[in-house]
Amino acid sequence: MDNKNVFVAGNYDVIVVGAGHAGVEAALAAARIGCNTLLTTLSMDNIAMMPCNPSVGGPAKGHLVRELDALGGEMGVNADKTCIQFRMLNTGKGPAVHALRAQADKKLYQFTMKETCENTENLDVKQLLIDKLLVEDGKVTGVQSETGEIYQAKAVIMATGTYLKGRIIIGEHTYEGGPAGQRAAVKFSDSIKEAGVKLMRFKTGTPARVDARTLDYSKMEIQPGDTACRNFSFMSDEVTREQIPCYLTYTNEETHKILRDNMERAPMANGIIEGIGPRYCPSIETKILRFPDKERHQLFLEPEGRHTNEVYVQGMSTSMPMDVQLEFLRTIPGLENAKVMRAGYAIEYDCIDPTQLKPTLEFKNIQGFFSAGQANGTSGYEEAAAQGIIAGINAAMFIKGEEPLILKRSEAYIGVLIDDLVTKGTNEPYRIMTSRAEYRLLLRQDNADQRLTPLGRRVGLVKDDRWARFTAKQTAIKEALAFLENNSINPTQEITDKLTGAGIDPIRNATSFYDLLRRPAVDYDKLAGLFDLPELAPEVKQQVEITITYEGYIKKQLEQVERMEKLEEKLLPENLNYDDVPSLRDEGREKLKAIRPRSVGQASRISGVSPADISVLLIWLEQQQRLKAGEGKADV
Amino acid sequence: MQGDTISAIATAQGEGGIGIIRLSGGEALTVADKMFRPASGKSILDYPSHRAVYGTVVDEEGRTVDEAMAIIMKAPHSYTREDVVELQCHGGVMPLRKTLALTYAYGARPAEGGEFTKRAFLNGRLDLSQAQAVMDIITAKTDRSLKMATGHLTGQFSAQIKEWRHEILGQIAHLEAAIDFPEDEVDDVVTEEVSDKVSEVRQNIAKFLKTAGTGRILREGLMTAIVGKPNVGKSSLLNALLQEERAIVTDIPGTTRDSIEEYANVGGVPLRIIDTAGIRATEDVVERIGVEKARQMVNEAALVLALFDGSRPLDKEDEEILELLQGREAIVLLNKSDLAPVVTAAMLQNKTKTAVLEISTKEQHGLDALTAAIQDKVYGGQVMTDEGSFVSDERQANILRQADSHLAAALNTIEAGMGLDFISIDLRSAWEKLGEITGETVGEDIIDEIFSKFCIGK
Repeated sequence: MDNKNVFVAGNYDVIVVGAGHAGVEAALAAARIGCNTLLTTLSMDNIAMMPCNPSVGGPAKGHLVRELDALGGEMGVNADKTCIQFRMLNTGKGPAVHALRAQADKKLYQFTMKETCENTENLDVKQLLIDKLLVEDGKVTGVQSETGEIYQAKAVIMATGTYLKGRIIIGEHTYEGGPAGQRAAVKFSDSIKEAGVKLMRFKTGTPARVDARTLDYSKMEIQPGDTACRNFSFMSDEVTREQIPCYLTYTNEETHKILRDNMERAPMANGIIEGIGPRYCPSIETKILRFPDKERHQLFLEPEGRHTNEVYVQGMSTSMPMDVQLEFLRTIPGLENAKVMRAGYAIEYDCIDPTQLKPTLEFKNIQGFFSAGQANGTSGYEEAAAQGIIAGINAAMFIKGEEPLILKRSEAYIGVLIDDLVTKGTNEPYRIMTSRAEYRLLLRQDNADQRLTPLGRRVGLVKDDRWARFTAKQTAIKEALAFLENNSINPTQEITDKLTGAGIDPIRNATSFYDLLRRPAVDYDKLAGLFDLPELAPEVKQQVEITITYEGYIKKQLEQVERMEKLEEKLLPENLNYDDVPSLRDEGREKLKAIRPRSVGQASRISGVSPADISVLLIWLEQQQRLKAGEGKADV
Repeated sequence: MQGDTISAIATAQGEGGIGIIRLSGGEALTVADKMFRPASGKSILDYPSHRAVYGTVVDEEGRTVDEAMAIIMKAPHSYTREDVVELQCHGGVMPLRKTLALTYAYGARPAEGGEFTKRAFLNGRLDLSQAQAVMDIITAKTDRSLKMATGHLTGQFSAQIKEWRHEILGQIAHLEAAIDFPEDEVDDVVTEEVSDKVSEVRQNIAKFLKTAGTGRILREGLMTAIVGKPNVGKSSLLNALLQEERAIVTDIPGTTRDSIEEYANVGGVPLRIIDTAGIRATEDVVERIGVEKARQMVNEAALVLALFDGSRPLDKEDEEILELLQGREAIVLLNKSDLAPVVTAAMLQNKTKTAVLEISTKEQHGLDALTAAIQDKVYGGQVMTDEGSFVSDERQANILRQADSHLAAALNTIEAGMGLDFISIDLRSAWEKLGEITGETVGEDIIDEIFSKFCIGK
């Protein structure tokens, strides 16, 4: 490229294109690890914007937030500072699926994150529309903005969300744009296509926002937050927080009739929408078509913040024309006089086929080019942020020449998410779910720190304060478990009376406290009330109880993991030519060539690669190893 | 380090009736110890490596299954460099089958195609020059056993498994939807209902397993053609073979349009007899069977039973059929030994270069010899050198038992009042196990089911 007449405006280690939830985590991670980083955004006013629902967390999503916090990410901390309602979901369904969900004050969330980014060392934040990715000899060299200047970089992370060739659709009306009145980025996708990136086109949507003053909450069910104060971050010590409620109401036959009568005006019916939408986030018109027998659909009215009257109508995502939106909303109890402040819309956008990425989130064919977030075909703030932090870490590892961070499926939901994306790809915007994780019992939100903080420390993202807190907690857990194992009680009359008095079956032999805690009817506080046990912090007590109560189940999963681990540890050379491996079946060979898995474990999860192909790969690897070791020569 | 313990029928060495079961892995000796009683009264664990021990294989109740020799080869001095025990069973097909089932029951898992060889290579037992051969073996054997395991299930059996899987999947989807979408309108999971459904599936599996021993599960069978000119006695032979058990009749897609296959259990060898409809139809009507048709059948078959009429001179048709038998695994039968002979066994033998059996389908004479000949062919290693269908049968039965134990665990979990999460984990294990039988892979099924059943979304 001829750079003579081009203004080089900056030179960075890492440039992040886009400052949504993926972008900010990527930029913060890279900068905090010590890379000189530039974060670019279309609008300085919309960093970490939440264009869809005002909430963070939920099953699997909340797990992601805990995990990225454990690694040293920002989303959990930021949510704790700015959310206006917290609920722990699934409390009756087993400890692994307990999930924290919070309602965010959107603007506060954004501005707090913006403040963090602006004040992070090594990090520049700039309002720029990036038009071009600069690549030389298969290596990234930087980006060029719409105004023509160049920013050089050793690594570029695209975190472009739904902005690439974004198109907004409301009824028959469409226009080029990003979400919530933002600009679209129309040139960047052509530029990466030129560099050899394969694109897909996805679609998603959002409901209308209504004016709180026009709602009649007395006709709805109130849904308050938990009384106990919860936090996402292992670093947050918040103990009180004012909670703002949400409200629940339902559609009815009248609502459905209006939608049915206007169905030919729905953009998804009339062919205006071409992109593929997510199944778990259907528009209300889709719900009515797919479940015609359902008499009512629920909707939550969620405040968008403390300083606005905008209320998010969760469950009513739509791209119907404005008149239809208004008409059907007003059939809903409590919304009879609702005024719409923003219309619901659908958005179509370019994203990449994520099977082009390595598990590090770097493109296989462009060195130093990473991608994270909705641009990788996912959906959701949490999924985006989780990829962002990994892309940021790995861009930094790439620059420092250190080992990348690849989380295993048995280690983190983040690992499940990324492995699914890069191994299987996705044909709809991908949402994380607990049912996607095969080792769910191990991936609890309560032990995310135990699983990931040491890894965050290794890459340099976990600073001393977090590390000190973490190690203190782990030590306390270890000591508590040891105490419970090493101290027991005898079946004396006194003990028997004590136990039966507390509704616990008496013991027959000397029994450790550890074994007593295994019993379903016994918890730590109960025992501590009867015997002299050390006082434990709540989070330590929780770990102790879960470890003991579910030991059998956890052990079973650990055994499964161990079996799989052997294959995960067998790495396949990056430049492996699968045509050189004899005896592979044609289908397996083609799939292996397309995905280029990092390990035999990953290879085994590619559809179309058979157990026989895996055996062949193992034999081949062994053969290569022996050849290298010189056995080949000895044979001759 | 040793792998998990695998077992399989090792290739028989040509002597009919002897079968070798090979165990390899960390638990090979302990598995063998549970089912083998040395005549010396000692335990097999007391013997040193490379010793042949005479004794009996006993079942769970301590009843003798077979006389056998156990050969102990301790790691690393074995083919796989793991602990290996080979059980040489003498009692024929049924005891061999029972012995294999016992290895599974005591914790061995069925070996994958070529797995012994794979271990031998990975553990350094085979040298580099053999790598290519090992890879070829694995590909070939795995493909074949996959085909055998999934391609030859009867419609009935796989439909049954699919139905159970569907039942279980419905429960899983409900549990998972409740877990993943707690704020959506998913009906509360009533654990009693889950419990009822699971118990129902368990009862059905139990019923099925009761008949597993008779080879009802997997009707893969040896593809067998009965050929011969009209009126030679094909229909009578078919009836004689089928008399033991009127097996399931199925239409197998992909074969001749009107062809029907039937299964016969001949001395423990399941035969899948091709085009029984054709045999029945042509037998009564005097018309040419058409050598073309016979050729087609012979091409499809792994075993050919060729019938010739001993009471009439060989004609052109007979000669053509004899020609078809060239290079095929065939048993030549000289029928109508009850009538005055015109063609002798010696004359036929001269032409075919194979032993000829004299039978009378009318008098039911010579059928024992035919049974023995079929067993010889199969277990003498002349046809189907790797796994006999009964191995697949036992494999399926073993998977069913494992699936059932996961379902039992789910019931316990419900009983113990554990969270929904734990119930789902057990059900998933059962569902995945059953999928191993039908060859259905774990894909997006659970998620697809959730979205098709429940209206979910923000």
